[in-house]
Amino acid sequence: MSYYEPKDLPRFSDMGKFNPELWKKFLDWYTAATSEEGALTKREKSLIGLAVAHAVQCPYCIDAFTQACLESGSNMEQMTEAVHLASAVRGGASLVHGVQMHNVAEKLMM
Amino acid sequence: MHFEEALSKYNLDLDPLSLETLQVNVGRLCNQACKHCHVDAGPARTEIMDRKTIDRILDILRDHPIANLDITGGAPELNPHFRYLVESAKALGKHVMVRCNLTVLFEPGLEDLVEFYVRNAVEIVSSLPYFQEFETDTQRGKGVFEKSIKALRMLNDAGYGQEDSGLLIDLVYNPVGAFLPPPQESLEREFKRELDHRYGITFNRLFTITNMPISRFLHFLQRTGNYETYMEKLVSSFNPAAAEGVMCRSLISVGYDGRLYDCDFNQMLDLNLNHGAPHTILDFDFDRIVNRRIVFGDHCFGCTAGAGSSCGGATA
Repeated sequence: MSYYEPKDLPRFSDMGKFNPELWKKFLDWYTAATSEEGALTKREKSLIGLAVAHAVQCPYCIDAFTQACLESGSNMEQMTEAVHLASAVRGGASLVHGVQMHNVAEKLMM
Repeated sequence: MHFEEALSKYNLDLDPLSLETLQVNVGRLCNQACKHCHVDAGPARTEIMDRKTIDRILDILRDHPIANLDITGGAPELNPHFRYLVESAKALGKHVMVRCNLTVLFEPGLEDLVEFYVRNAVEIVSSLPYFQEFETDTQRGKGVFEKSIKALRMLNDAGYGQEDSGLLIDLVYNPVGAFLPPPQESLEREFKRELDHRYGITFNRLFTITNMPISRFLHFLQRTGNYETYMEKLVSSFNPAAAEGVMCRSLISVGYDGRLYDCDFNQMLDLNLNHGAPHTILDFDFDRIVNRRIVFGDHCFGCTAGAGSSCGGATA
């Protein structure tokens, strides 16, 4: 058995079992933020969700947002580019901390 | 949940509304073998409608107020009596649409097909799953995209898809895999923009059609472990508004051998018209057909999921 099972994704609503009130609040918020057309289209939201899913490395989210992207009309080039964007931001986030390293080293070194 | 249970849950009574369209499958022979094809059509198929059956269909069209003849296959143009059927139906004043796969225009002996279509003002409905090669060739076979673009240019040059020409060409989008189609309206805008920008191609409407869990696509779902999740998606996406608009309420389907069905999907599942309705064109009875009960099965969830699906695209 793996910690991550695809069949667990549809069981997400199990999280409402012991605190339905908070679950409902989360679900309303999640649905409005990810699935409803607003200032962003559903397609734009799906691509952002896909990028974030990779940044937080959540297999459930990758599964859900890959489907959402395909069902909102994105193609593989666009989806791959979104993953590159997430990866580049993650890589950049590490690299920009090099400035901290420089600051510390400058203070310590003669 | 079974389909009939879903109808009961929403108090839906999907009786026929009319009989506006006779959809005739003139054979399963095709020059392509697409991965999603519910007909399992291909170059090795031999089932072809004969002249006698076509003549009976023309009798039915002549004697009844059925406005549209929708010709499908296989590749309908490979039936030797295809042109006779089209010309005779047009002479009866019927609106004729043909589900043309585009690549058939390059088959030997069919070089004058575009001219034939123009002469008869046939509405052409053609599959093009995407405006890029990768997706199209993945679903429909290597080289299909390039040929399809060439065919669309020929049709555009002949007047199809041009404003005020009266010559209609509609494109059909089927998902390239186990997922639902995007919203039809926004996808049509994107197809129009991209096909014009990339290839200078214009067309009239885009129909989004859900892949049905039947035949070749069913085998794909089973082979790749997608069957259960795809069916769950179809069931959980049941849309009562889409169900109200299912095509079997205004259409019946005729098989190559003259048998009658509620739709082309039921035809492939061998689910004949039932509940007292005639089984073949030989005992065609307009009133009994309009007052029949439609034969439903769990595959019907494919037509009622999300924005719905029919041979004319989304239904909700």
